[in-house]
This record gives sequence, C-alpha cells and structure tokens, in this order.
Amino acid sequence: MHICIIVVLFLLRFWLPDYHQTNLARIMVLATYAIGFNILFGYTGLMSLGHAMFFAAGMYGTGLSIYYLEFGAISGFFIGVVAASVWAAVFASFALRTSGVSFLIVTMMFGQAAYLIILYFNEITLGDQGFTLSNTIKSIDIGNAKFALADKDTKFIVAWIIFSVCFVISLILVNSRFGRSMIAVRENEERTKLLGYNTYLTKLIALTISGAIAGAAGATYALLFSYVGASFAAILHSISPLLWTLLGGAGTILGPLLGTGIMFYLIDISSGFTSSYLLVVGAVLLVLVLYFPKGIMGTVRDKWLRGLP
Amino acid sequence: MNVVSKVLLETKGLTKSFGGNIAVNNIDFSLPEGKIRAVIGPNGAGKTTLVSLICGRIFPTTGNIYYQANDITTWPSHVRARRGIVYTFQVTSIYKNLSCFDNVAVAVQRTADKTTRRSIADKVEHALASVSLANEANKLASELPYGHQRLLEVAMTLALTPSILILDEPTQGLAQGEIEELEKLIRSISANTTVLLIEHNMPFVLRLAECISVMNHGTLIAQGTAAEISNNAQVQQVYLGGNPSSHPGA
Repeated sequence: MHICIIVVLFLLRFWLPDYHQTNLARIMVLATYAIGFNILFGYTGLMSLGHAMFFAAGMYGTGLSIYYLEFGAISGFFIGVVAASVWAAVFASFALRTSGVSFLIVTMMFGQAAYLIILYFNEITLGDQGFTLSNTIKSIDIGNAKFALADKDTKFIVAWIIFSVCFVISLILVNSRFGRSMIAVRENEERTKLLGYNTYLTKLIALTISGAIAGAAGATYALLFSYVGASFAAILHSISPLLWTLLGGAGTILGPLLGTGIMFYLIDISSGFTSSYLLVVGAVLLVLVLYFPKGIMGTVRDKWLRGLP
Repeated sequence: MNVVSKVLLETKGLTKSFGGNIAVNNIDFSLPEGKIRAVIGPNGAGKTTLVSLICGRIFPTTGNIYYQANDITTWPSHVRARRGIVYTFQVTSIYKNLSCFDNVAVAVQRTADKTTRRSIADKVEHALASVSLANEANKLASELPYGHQRLLEVAMTLALTPSILILDEPTQGLAQGEIEELEKLIRSISANTTVLLIEHNMPFVLRLAECISVMNHGTLIAQGTAAEISNNAQVQQVYLGGNPSSHPGA
C-alpha cells in the first residue's frame, strides 16, 4: 500500500496543472522534514522544538558549500546531510542526558541558539536576508547530463526521489528490530532498560537518523527553491513539523505526508480569502485536538486498520 | 540437596538513604544459585529498595554488590539485565499499547542469536505458551485482565533466559486461582533459574521459598527456612503475629 502512494504521487505529475505540481514538490520536501521529525517524536516518543536547526544545518551545509566553494548540486547535498547528521549526533549526546519536559526545553534552547548564530555570523550567512543559489548553480549535473533546477519537472522529480527514499527508509526502519526497540522506548523506557536495552543509545541513533532526514529535506529545499535564509532556523519552523505530524498522525508512516499536504493547502486556500489565515489554521487544530487526538492516520489505524505501521 | 551451593549474588554493607531516611541499612545478603529465596517484611521495610539496588534501577549510597565474582555496583541496569539479572515490577510494567506478541518480541529479539522473523515469532509463541497466553498473542496488552498482564510480564522476562529472576510482589492483585497457577509457574522456572521473591503473601512464601530473609526498618533481622522463620520470636513480633497488614505494598 505504501509503495502505491509513492507511485500515485509520481503519476500526479502528469495530471496536475503547473501551479499545483510545484506546490506538491514543495509539500514533498516539507513532508520529508516531517518524516524525520516523526521518527523521533512519533516512534521514539521524544518531542523536539528545535528541529529547524537540523533542517537549517542541511540547508546551510548545502547552500554555503555551493555559494562559496562552488560545489555541485550532488556533492553540496551530501555536505548538507553530513552536516545535519553530525550536528544531530553531537547535539543528542548532550541533550539526551535530560528527558521529558527538560529535553523539550533543551531542544528549544539549542534551536534558538542555532538561529542566533546564523544571524550573528551574517557576513557569511547573510543573516535574515539570506541568499539565493540560482546565480551560482543552475543545474544538477550527472555525467554529461544536465537537469536545469529552474525546470518544474526537475523540481518535482528531485523532490519525489528524496521524499520516496526517506519514506521507504522510515518504513523499513519502523518494521526493523531497531524500530521495535524505538517503539519500546516510547511506550515504556524503564521496562525497556530492564529488558537489557541501552535506551540512551537507541535514542541517540533515532535522533541522528531524524536529524539526517530533516537535513536532507533542508538541503533539497535549498537546491530546488534556490533560497537559503535564517527564517528556516526560526522557532516557527520547528513547530511546523510538529503540527503537520500531529495533524496527519504521529507514529504513522503516512501521517507526515498527509498532515503537511493538508496544512499547506489549508494555508494556501484560506490566505486567499483572509489575511488572518492563521485563525483558520488554529480552528482546524482545535477540532483536531478535540476529536482526533491521534491525528488522521492514528484514528484510521484505531478504527479500521490495526496493523498499519 | 547439595550441601554447599555456589553464591550467585552478594551484597556487602549495602546502604541506601533518601535524604535523611535510610531505606536500606548496611545489608549483607547472599543469594545461592538455584534456589527460591524470598524476602519478606512489613510495609516500608525496604524490600523493594533492596531489589531495586540489585537490578540497578537505583544506586547505593554506600556498599557493594557482587555478581558471579564481578563487582557490579556501578553497572547500569541494562548491562545487569544483559548479564541475567532480570526484574519484574511491583506494579506491572508492560507495553500496554502494543500487542502481547510485540511485548514479548521486544524481549526475545534482544537475546535471540537467530534474528529472522520466523525464529523470533517461534520464540515469542513459546514464551507466551509457557504462561498459557498463547491464544492472546494478537490482543493489545491493555485488553488483558490484570492477572494476565502479570503473566505477560513474566513471559517477557523469561524470554531473556535470566539467571536471577526477581519477582516483586507477584501475587498482588491476583485471585486465588491465579495465585495457584503462578505458584506452579514459579516452581517450574526455578528448575533452571534462581528466583528472588519479594512477597507479602505469607502462606504463598512459606509454601514456595527454600530460604526466607526477613527485613524490618531497612535491616535484615532473620534468615532461615520456612519452619525456622515461622518459629522465630522476633519475626513473629514484627511481622507474623504483630499486626499482619492486608494492605500490600512497600
């Protein structure tokens, strides 16, 4: 079933008008970010309010290496992912000494610190304004083939590839033995420890994978939409994946995609009618919390599809 | 019966204080291999604190713990569990939102040499069958009656093939019939595992345990066979004859 979703997403390209095709590319990149968040929050039970720093680490890792060092798209992408993974592992080794609410606060503080560091070094990062990559890099070069980044088909296919890879990784991960130990930590950490699991290590690995996927999303975003800016490291951008995941269903494989898509179009459509579109978003979230506390896919799983990963 | 059995676990001068309150006071306790040993005592005697120190949930203020000739005082709980010291909680601790199968699978997959899905599934079924829960594999753990949840936790710990199984108040909240089942189960476990039983239910302990230690106010006040303990004047005073509380706890 999950493979069908990926195929359907690809086929939508032939059917959707240009505007929605670009939207869908953007949704897939942001959903990748939410997939990363969901691995930590939905499956390991750790809530982070600083995930934007991993997204930004991917974005700036890719952006700066292309902008200053004239890296290619693919090597730049890998720099971004490596930067995010390394930072996630280092951060995890500090932050996981805390748990529960203190962990939440530590993630938020580090997230804010990362944001301020980007602003502080504005000679390099160009701070709030950010910088565009469209003058520096125009295509993804594979051998002799060049795929223009400004082309909507390139955008869509690259977004689809990155999304699909991360989607499948999360599916495999959750069904693996390691996935079972992640869920065990989420459900009852003390019990898991006394069954002989090093839960610190489980959480460290989960956070690193989560950060790496968020970083991959940031790197892809920088490449496809050509803009690198500090707003992507701000707290609001840390809260977004939480909302998307909650809406779609935390701890479900499809939740992040569904939540991101719905929220994206909710904002897109409601902002066409009113400038206070956040009011509409807020109302929807209220309904969600009151009637679907487990999110859309969480409710579907409880009611109809018990075995859904 | 062999005359001298090997000591599997030993504590020396073990003390744990919480603030000014000394819960476990200078305890020298040794657990011979292959027996059912019980620790009894009134509420607040420090029984749970003692076994929590042994399994590593908390660390002692002073004193040492030795296991198979290693000083394990500073070992974290997951390492002790890997080496065979396994604990079941006083208040049943399982994964309530997961199926019974998954509950046991978490334990099985950690110890299994073969990690194929099939071999894990076989071992899970075997573990569930050993506590007569084979038919409940696909139920959510929270849907089981309380007594079965206890058995599920025992199945999880058995799947780890422990060398010491610590059962903290296993009869608490069970009906009489279930207690008899549990008694049989513990007997069969003790064939190849050392069992350390923390209990409140005196008849149960007197039937099962080969050796009983009595705790009061954080210290060991007596040690011996069921007959010796029932006839010990001090024990009768603090526990048996005194004011037998029907309220489980400590």
